[in-house]
Amino acid sequence: MLTRRLIPCLDVRDGRVVKGVRFAGLRDAGDPVEQATRYERAGADELVMLDVSATPDGRGTALETVRALRAVLSIPLTVGGGVRKIDDALALLRAGADKVGINTAAVDDPETIRTLSTQVGAQCVVLAIDAARSAEDDRWVVVTRSGTNRTPLDAVEWARRGESLGAGEILLTSWDRDGTHSGYDLELLDAVCSSVRIPVIASGGASSAAHMAEAIEAGADAVLAASIFHDNKTTVCEIKNQLAACGVEVRR
Amino acid sequence: MTRPTATLIETGIANIASVAAAFGRCGLDVTTTQDADVARRSGLLVLPGVGAFDAGMRSLDRLGMLEMLRERAERDAPLLAVCLGMQLLGSASDESPGVEGLGIIDAKAGAFDPSVRAPQMGWNQIRPDRECTFLTPGYAYFANSFRFTTTPAGWRSALADHGGSFVAAIERGKTLACQFHPELSGPWGLALLHRWIEKSLEAAPC
Repeated sequence: MLTRRLIPCLDVRDGRVVKGVRFAGLRDAGDPVEQATRYERAGADELVMLDVSATPDGRGTALETVRALRAVLSIPLTVGGGVRKIDDALALLRAGADKVGINTAAVDDPETIRTLSTQVGAQCVVLAIDAARSAEDDRWVVVTRSGTNRTPLDAVEWARRGESLGAGEILLTSWDRDGTHSGYDLELLDAVCSSVRIPVIASGGASSAAHMAEAIEAGADAVLAASIFHDNKTTVCEIKNQLAACGVEVRR
Repeated sequence: MTRPTATLIETGIANIASVAAAFGRCGLDVTTTQDADVARRSGLLVLPGVGAFDAGMRSLDRLGMLEMLRERAERDAPLLAVCLGMQLLGSASDESPGVEGLGIIDAKAGAFDPSVRAPQMGWNQIRPDRECTFLTPGYAYFANSFRFTTTPAGWRSALADHGGSFVAAIERGKTLACQFHPELSGPWGLALLHRWIEKSLEAAPC
């Protein structure tokens, strides 16, 4: 049967891995190729690279990083963060990404999802959703532009719409939990996972294998984490062993 | 001595960077082509593919590749088909009703059971027949919504489970078709590519 995936995430800016809390306060966390190689050897099932560069120059550097990662990686690579238009996505795929994540561009023009999916196949299109708990009512709203813009879009409805437009997977990040180490937003996960048929990657808030096992219990097909693998606090291999001990089917 | 070359058919709908990179790591030169004659003459031919069945068939037809691929399978020249590439070797797919496949593998691709996630995205354990030449047990990376469920006579296959048993890969002579992505299946996938390359080269005329 299909195993649950553990996906380390590299936030990359200007060719370096960085990590911050809630998309701010970025600090240097190493060389992407070196880290990616270490993750693959330790049993990472897939990698996500998020380009958090703020400038056009940074985007060019991101393509270089994708090429360098592709040359060494024998596991799937999803790249997101800088995709404003279809051509950006195609350039990333040509450089060696296996899937591209689209976020703000899809919210601005949902047809982007359909166009991209038709051209490259749903399997290559990851709809990245940053969701924040609404202050007014019991739901989640979509935030865009690296968290600076709250939209009126309901995150669960947006996930459903993304699926119907041709997204092949959802990368669901809890804006409230990202970088906080307090665990994934399980209610959000449950709400989205039970509303779509495409796979859902849980993101934002993980600091332990127990958090990941909870997310999988809530319906996630894959769990993404970044900061817990930095600074050698733990390894992909250790986390997978702990997940297996919790009864989660993982590739080992 | 020149290095052997893997020739990748560029259908224009497939992202082939990962396949090219994997063959590079196997120590091969890699060339991509849209020319049926180049493909016909190649020692190691690879048909990658992501996207929809009808677009894939249209693309192969437009490039004049249909007869070349059938003839290649007929004379057992080395052919590796990946993901959609495997389905295109089949007779048809529920993804694109009414569109004929290459008919090299007498099987029709169907959708996964509605009870499971689709696309199937991730690592699944595959179980090969004992008689398989290339395929060994292991975890393989899949990204697909359609699959074969039957193994036609004359072929050996490896099965996996996602809402029921399906054909993870199939082989006959030097034809190997993988529903999964060997190029993304870690060291296990690279070892599979190595076995296909070695057997294909050892049988090739000098």
